[in-house]
Amino acid sequence: MKRRVLPGLPLTLGITLLYVGLIVVLPLGALIYKAGTLGFADYWRIVSSERAVASYRVTAGSAAVATVFNLVFGLALAWVLVRYRFPGKRLVDAIVDLPFALPTAVAGIALTTLFAANGWFGAPLAAIGISVAYTPLGIMVAMAFTSLPFIVRTVQPVLEDLDPALEEAAQSLGGSDWTIFRKVILPLLAPALMAGVSLSFARSLGEFGAIIFIAGNQPMQTEITALLTFIRLEEYDYQAAAAVASVLLLTAFVMLAVTNLLQARALRYTQRS
Amino acid sequence: MRLLFLGAALAALLSGPASAQSPDKILNASYDISRELFARINEAYVAKNPGKSIDQSHAGSSKQARAILEGLEADVVTFNQVTDIDALVKGGAVSDDWQSEFANNASPYYSLPAFLVREGNPKGIKNWDDLVRDDVKVVFPNPKTSGNARYTYLAATAFAKEKFGDDEEQVKAFVKKLFDNVPVFDTGGRAATTTFVERNIGDVLITFETETRGIAKEFGDDKFDIVVPEMSVLAEFPVAIVDRVVDKRGSRDFAKSYLDFLYSPEGQTIIAENGNRVHDEATAAKFKDQFPQVRLVTVEDVFGGWAKVQEEHFASGALLDEIYGSR
Repeated sequence: MKRRVLPGLPLTLGITLLYVGLIVVLPLGALIYKAGTLGFADYWRIVSSERAVASYRVTAGSAAVATVFNLVFGLALAWVLVRYRFPGKRLVDAIVDLPFALPTAVAGIALTTLFAANGWFGAPLAAIGISVAYTPLGIMVAMAFTSLPFIVRTVQPVLEDLDPALEEAAQSLGGSDWTIFRKVILPLLAPALMAGVSLSFARSLGEFGAIIFIAGNQPMQTEITALLTFIRLEEYDYQAAAAVASVLLLTAFVMLAVTNLLQARALRYTQRS
Repeated sequence: MRLLFLGAALAALLSGPASAQSPDKILNASYDISRELFARINEAYVAKNPGKSIDQSHAGSSKQARAILEGLEADVVTFNQVTDIDALVKGGAVSDDWQSEFANNASPYYSLPAFLVREGNPKGIKNWDDLVRDDVKVVFPNPKTSGNARYTYLAATAFAKEKFGDDEEQVKAFVKKLFDNVPVFDTGGRAATTTFVERNIGDVLITFETETRGIAKEFGDDKFDIVVPEMSVLAEFPVAIVDRVVDKRGSRDFAKSYLDFLYSPEGQTIIAENGNRVHDEATAAKFKDQFPQVRLVTVEDVFGGWAKVQEEHFASGALLDEIYGSR
């Protein structure tokens, strides 16, 4: 029989299940339960109210833009970090993780200071008529900042394992750079990219601390769903808060499930070829 | 078997240590902008009562009330909202006669929403109806998340009620216009201060008079002017002993002596120095010059009490949502 590296399956499995149960499933279950104490009609009235729907639009729309930005920029960053050597590379590599380590409120305040109309970035931008702080653009900036590491960190290891011989082979067969990127590299990176994208998007949906400082928090315009949840809590309306939060949770869950499916398919595809 | 053992260990861990008896430390859960005030109060109290100490917790006062209902062991609360203590009463943490346990409806000091404008008052802002002009941008936090801003909303509404009589449509239009002039809704009083002061947004900041005085002191009188409007609403800062916690911890006497200290001449002096108005006559007389005359109306007189305000204005789907959510 094959020896396992970690001691005792029953023990490790037990700990894992206990942990997942207590730390992850229990609080989320409580949330669903709280939302469930509303009748369906009330639940629907709360989650489909004009203001709630506007907040979904702001949140999901900004998260999508931030994720696309990170997809492009994060891929480029990972590429540079893996394929090139330059002075200060280790420093850049370490800086990528900063958004994880920085308290999000600090990030929010720092970004607001930079992008306010009297800030370092905000002043020149204001001169050409772009305002970032207190607009939806600000929300996107905050989301992009806090979720950048996801894409870089999921793509980087896969890129490191990518055999340059594959590219050379493609090159020797006369493939143009664009063709090689599209037909050779991208399919191999696709599963990792998808994982990064879904994590980045899910994180952006739930981000609160950084955004409330830089968003104007105007209902219907720059009010994110997490803030609406918070507002309902401030009214001691736990049920409504849970109802609105459940929409976020469901969205994130469905999206992660779909990416998992797609990822599995992509993996099968790459393994077959 | 091992799993079982692990479970038992975890259960022991979760149940926590047994509580101590007659502690020499209590926790005061307070609102967002009272940090500086209680830092000084606590220092003075400890100087008189050596060996005692007071921990502070600051956040929006509704958030504090929720935390206590969910298990935060605060011995005393010093809030800026009567409704938040009422929420504690409803949750069984505070007895329902709390307002008679201390003088002045258990409110050791009071304040009012006042204006802070840029140096020289370039827009000539004097009273509430200046705030609804098209050329004025107003900053105050989100009334849904900030007690401070709830007073602003009430003061503006009270002003409009006086001006338009009982014409509800005109009152609503007035308050809606005021909200339309707000470019940013921060979640707390301090964040709104930052927006006005550091980001240079808006022509006028509406916040408690004590905060306007604090800002003027902190950033220099030559940058901002304080404007106290002709009328405003009385903002009470209620205090209460959290019965559920002090009974469990045996800290009632300590908690009471701490809150009594707020009413003592020494406590009242510190509170007044911090820019709040006080009831103690001798202390009030001493600081008379610093606080301009203002006509204060009460929530009871204009709105029929906090329970009614909560239901008609602040509850989900009530008047405030109608005005502010419909933009």
